[in-house]
Formats: sequence, structure tokens, C-alpha cells
Amino acid sequence: MDEPVTLTWWHNAVAGDNGENLLGDYWQKVADDYHALHPNVSFQIEQIQNEDLQRTRIPVALQSGDAPDIFQQWGGGELADQADAGYLMDLSAAIPDAIAELGGAVAPWQYDGTTYGVPFTFGVEGFWYRKSLFEKAGITSEPATMDELNADVQKLKDAGIIPISVGAGDKWPAAHWWYNFALRECAKDVLQASGITFDFSDPCFVAAGEDLKAFIDTNPFQPQFTSTPAQQVPSSSAGLLATGKSAMELMGHWNIFVLDGFAADDAAKAALDADLGWFPFPATASGKGDPTAALGGGDGFSCYKDAPAACADFLAYLVSADVQKGFAEAVGSLPVNPAAASAVTNPNLQELAAVSGNAAYVQLWLDTTYGQNVGGAMNDGIVAIFAGTGTPQGVVDLMTAAAATA
Amino acid sequence: MVNTAASGKGKGPAPGAKASAAGPSPERPMTRKTPRSGEARKWGEITLFVGPALVMFLVFVVYPVASALRYSFYKWNGVKAFSEAEFIGLENYRRALFGPGVFKTAYSEPFWTAIGHNFAIIALSMSIQLPLALIIALILNRRFPGRTAVRLIIFAPYVLSEVIAGVMWLIIFDPNGIATKLFTDLGLTPPAGGWFEDQKWGFWTVFFVVTWKYLGLAIILFLAGLSGVPQELQEAASIDGASWWQIQRRINIPLIGPTIRIWAFLSIIGSIQLFDMVWVLNKGGTVGQYSTIASFMMDKGFFRKDMGFGSAIAVIMFLISLIVALLYMFFILRRDNSDSVKKAR
Repeated sequence: MDEPVTLTWWHNAVAGDNGENLLGDYWQKVADDYHALHPNVSFQIEQIQNEDLQRTRIPVALQSGDAPDIFQQWGGGELADQADAGYLMDLSAAIPDAIAELGGAVAPWQYDGTTYGVPFTFGVEGFWYRKSLFEKAGITSEPATMDELNADVQKLKDAGIIPISVGAGDKWPAAHWWYNFALRECAKDVLQASGITFDFSDPCFVAAGEDLKAFIDTNPFQPQFTSTPAQQVPSSSAGLLATGKSAMELMGHWNIFVLDGFAADDAAKAALDADLGWFPFPATASGKGDPTAALGGGDGFSCYKDAPAACADFLAYLVSADVQKGFAEAVGSLPVNPAAASAVTNPNLQELAAVSGNAAYVQLWLDTTYGQNVGGAMNDGIVAIFAGTGTPQGVVDLMTAAAATA
Repeated sequence: MVNTAASGKGKGPAPGAKASAAGPSPERPMTRKTPRSGEARKWGEITLFVGPALVMFLVFVVYPVASALRYSFYKWNGVKAFSEAEFIGLENYRRALFGPGVFKTAYSEPFWTAIGHNFAIIALSMSIQLPLALIIALILNRRFPGRTAVRLIIFAPYVLSEVIAGVMWLIIFDPNGIATKLFTDLGLTPPAGGWFEDQKWGFWTVFFVVTWKYLGLAIILFLAGLSGVPQELQEAASIDGASWWQIQRRINIPLIGPTIRIWAFLSIIGSIQLFDMVWVLNKGGTVGQYSTIASFMMDKGFFRKDMGFGSAIAVIMFLISLIVALLYMFFILRRDNSDSVKKAR
């Protein structure tokens, strides 16, 4: 029999306000199941609030040389930094079959041709909207171009409905608008190269800011949007959508849980889910980007370099078809493993998965791609456009300055 | 020699301490041990009493300050091991203070803005909080029914945790909150960008919250000072026909001068280090409308993973605090200190 090992596992699934913790409970079950299959492997799980985990706990633990064996991994620039510093276990050699099974979605968890983490959920961004409010404003079809979106914004305003809510107070929800415009303005190779070279001299980056500024100038958002957070409180951007005060919100695939969180009971939740629709970011009139390209992101796990070999094996188990199916069923989110896709029942998530599958390419969130330094500078610059103090050129200047310090 | 050593122990449990405080006693040399063992004992006691505190001070204050100074000369993202960080001399300081080229709008301008906010809060504390607290303290400095309750209410904000108070004000100043409602009901227009985020209003809203939070401390300190002013002076003055205002101006306020000066000192240092409230409200504002040196440091150091630069900001903040504190001690508190020395004599 194998030697007994204990794997420490840090993840970000913490209980919500109502005490419910679907994901946390599911991870516990996955750990228990794995322990039943491999009695020599036990788990010591810690649930840590996302921001603490990502900004403080994991970096400090890695620095101290006493890191958890398995920890949450968001991929992109942050993973690249950790891999560069030699903190991450090379999973390519350890679990090649599991990685191959997941397909292209693993790309953000790869660096220099090596896989350093595996995602368990991945989805693309789009507009979540209320069908009933669209109907009330006389909108009959989902907008496919920016012109159509602008026309719909005007119709909603005429009907006395806030067209779009945005949680600009949290910065990133505002920044995602710019990312989407950049995706439409920039050619694929320019955008992807920028994540490696940090060269933002292509005019498409300024053009993205100009598109955004022109759109903000049409006043599509709720009042005081720079004071609005994205989640939790009823006056947040998600709260406005969930309570029927605004008609649309641009947000990632997790928004379904955030919105459901505002429903008082199961009946209200079912009614809300039935009234929610989803469509991808519209095509722009100009730009070199592919109109079907999508922005997205996900959550995954990495193993610490000194973790026992069982760590990699456990991650392979975690993303295997059956466990991913169970994830989709228990948590209701989007799995990564294509073999688990059939377990997704929410029609909006099904549509979202189809858009993701048919996209010309899926670009990881730009702030995650560029890492915290350049990504943070970018978000600051974008939010300044929202606040009316920044310029399209300013975003590029801030990014260039931050890139020069790394 | 023996005498000073004994009195130097102050409150130490040495048997001779009391005798020395009462003046030299002819019997003492006979009861005392040899000077040598007294010396050893003195050092033993110093080690015992000062040692643990000194160790804590060295480990948790001196070492981190020295480390921050060291980090500030490096380009370090806080992820890789520090041994692999690149030494860049004073580059982080140059970027923070002078921001050549591309660094100007990204680093030095926001940093100077943050410093400006800190000093604006100092100036406003002295020009608004001080007179306000003084007037309230003078009014409350008399017996009236419910005095304890009023004092309690005034002091309550100071006792509240910063995070709780911050969240409370976030709810009040929410775009759909009661402040907005009150304003619109009165026919006024609430700030377009939101209370905390508006370019014009943001800083003032935060200053209002900070004043609400810390005014209680000033009032309680002033009240404590006022309770130490001898009643007879005020009675004598009123018999001589002095008005209430004259009594305050000529007697009460001058006599609580030392208290006011100490409060001002605490307020200045607190203003330079202001962080918790500003961070809870929204990390210094989406575009730094009310950023402070500390929130700027936190943002760049931890959230941008620019640890070397963040350390440089920390060192600059330390130096500003130190210089301001020394200047204040030298020019303003010196009088109080020499007063107390004179009194002690």
C-alpha cells in the first residue's frame, strides 16, 4: 500500500449570506470520494474568501516556502509569475491524458508550453438581460451590432428603464467593457502578442477606448455608476438587474448565481431564471477583430512544486468527466470537460457554452492575461474614462508605464 | 551614585526605593548590599522589564522598517524570492517623486495628489475639527441632565470599528441610499458621480465621515482637560463680572492648551497615516478622489505587485511622519515639556 499523505487544499468556495455553499460542499464530497478510492490520501481543506486568497494568502504562502499542496489558480499573467519563480508543479508530464481531455480551455493555465494548472470551470462573457423589460420597451430581437444595441438603449430609456447597469465602483466590471471593445478593434495576433511583449503601440488599443468613450457618452448606464458595486447589495449592478430596475448587464458566466442570490425563494429564482436571456457582445462597425471572438475566464487549481505526486493525480480526478458532470449538476455551473457538457441544464449557460465553442478564439480576461501590475494599471485607466477624468490614450499610457516597471 | 541608581529604578520593588524617595537615610548603606551586586541587580531588572518589550520592538518595528528600506531599492514583484530581485538604487523613489517620462501620470502625479489629500486633511482638521470640538466641549462642560448620555453618544463613533463605520456610511451614501433620497426630497441635486466618487464632492464626503469618526476623541480629550481646570478660577472670574465667553477665552481655553496641542499632534500623525476608513470606503476612490499616502502604498505594493515601489512609498511616509513629529515636538510641544519640567522641579 502507498504511504499515507495529506494534501492541503485552499479554495475560494465560501458560504454566502444565506449560509449556502454549494461549491464548497461539492469540493468536500470530491475529496471524500477520492479518499475512498485512495485511502492513503487525506485532505485538509481551507475555504478562504477570494480576495484574501488571491492577493494575500497564496502569495505569502508561496514566499514562505510552506504553501498548500493544491490552491486556486486563475491562470494568465499571475500563473506566469508563479511559474517563473518556480513555485508550480509541471502537470504536463504528470497527467497528460487529463489535460488533453479538456482541450483548448487549458491554454490560460499553460506557460511556455507547460501546463501548470487545470481549470474546472470556464465561460465567456456576454449580456445578461431581462426578457420582460425588452418586451416592455418594444425590443423584439437581441442586438447583434453596436448600432442595434444603441437603438435598444434608446428604446429602454424612452420606456423609463435603466438600459444597462455597470458596477464601475469595483473597477473590473467597467474595465470589461474596454476589453470587449479591444477584442473587436484589435487583430487576434496583436492582442495575443501584447500579453507577452507588453507592447501596446498598436492604434487598436486607443481605438478601444474611443469606442468606449463614445458609448458612455450615450448615457446607457444607471446614475452614479462609479459608486455602484457589482454584486451583493440590491443597489449593485447585478442587484439592479435582478430586481428589474435595469435591463442588461455585461458579465461573465457566474452572473447566474449572483442574480439568483437576490431571489427570495425557489419560486422567485425559477421566475427570474425564466425571464433572463443572454447574448454575446455585439459586433462593432470598425476594427480588425473577429466579431465572433469572445472574452472569458475560469477557475482552476495548481499544485505546489513540493506537493506529493498524489496532488497531480487528484487534479486529474477533479477534472475527469464524471466529477465534472457532478460539478455541473451540484453547483449548476459550466464545466470545462467537453464530456460533461450534457449535464448543463440552464438554457442561458447552454447558449453561452455554444458561443464559447463556436468562437473564433476565446481571449482570457485582459487583466488576468497581463497580470496584476499592467492589468491593474489598465483597469485604473479605463475606470478614469468612466469617471470622466481619463482619456483613451491615458489607458495605453498607464499600461506602458506599468509594463516599464516589471 | 547609589542614591541616583535607587531613584532611577522608580517604581521598581527595590527595598531602598522608598527610602531614597524620602531623602537619604543614614541607615541605608548598612542594609544595602555592595554596590557591585546592586549594579548587577539593576541590570538584571532592566533586562527583565525592558527585555521582552525591546525584543518585540526590534522584531515587529525595527526589523520591518529596516526591511522596507531595503526592499525599496529593488525591483521586486513580491512573488519571486527576494534574492532574485533586481537592485535598482533610488529608481523607485525617483518614480514616486519626480516620475520622469511615462511614469509621470501613472505614478508621481497620483502620489502627489495623495500627499496633498493627507495635508488637506491636516489643515481641515485644524481649521474645522479643532474649533468645532472645542465649542462642543465648552458647551458640554457643565452639569445638565443626561450629560453622561450625551458624552456617550458623542464618543460612540470613535469606539466603532473603522470597517463597521465605513460600511455604515457606504450604505447611507449609496446611490439609492438615504442621503440621496434626502437630497432629492429637499429639491437638491445629489453629486452626479455619487457621494464618494464624484470628482468635486468625493473628498469632502470622506472628510465629513472622518470628522464624524474622530471628533468624539477631540471632545472627550478637551472635556478631560476642562475638568482639570480649577473651579475657583471660573468662580472668581464670574464674581468679577466676566461673561461666559470671557471665562472660556481667558481661562478655560488657555488652561487646556497642553491638551489641545497633544490632540493636534495625534490628529496630524493620524491624518498622515489615514488608511482604514479610506480603504473601506472604496480603496481611495475609483480614480483616487480621496487617496492617501497609505492607500496609494497598499494599492501599488500589494494590488499591483510592485513591492519595491510600495516599500519606497512606505519609507517616504515614515520620513514625512518623522519630520512632522520632530518639528511639532521641537516647536510646539517643547513649551509644554519645559513647563512640566519646571513644575516637577
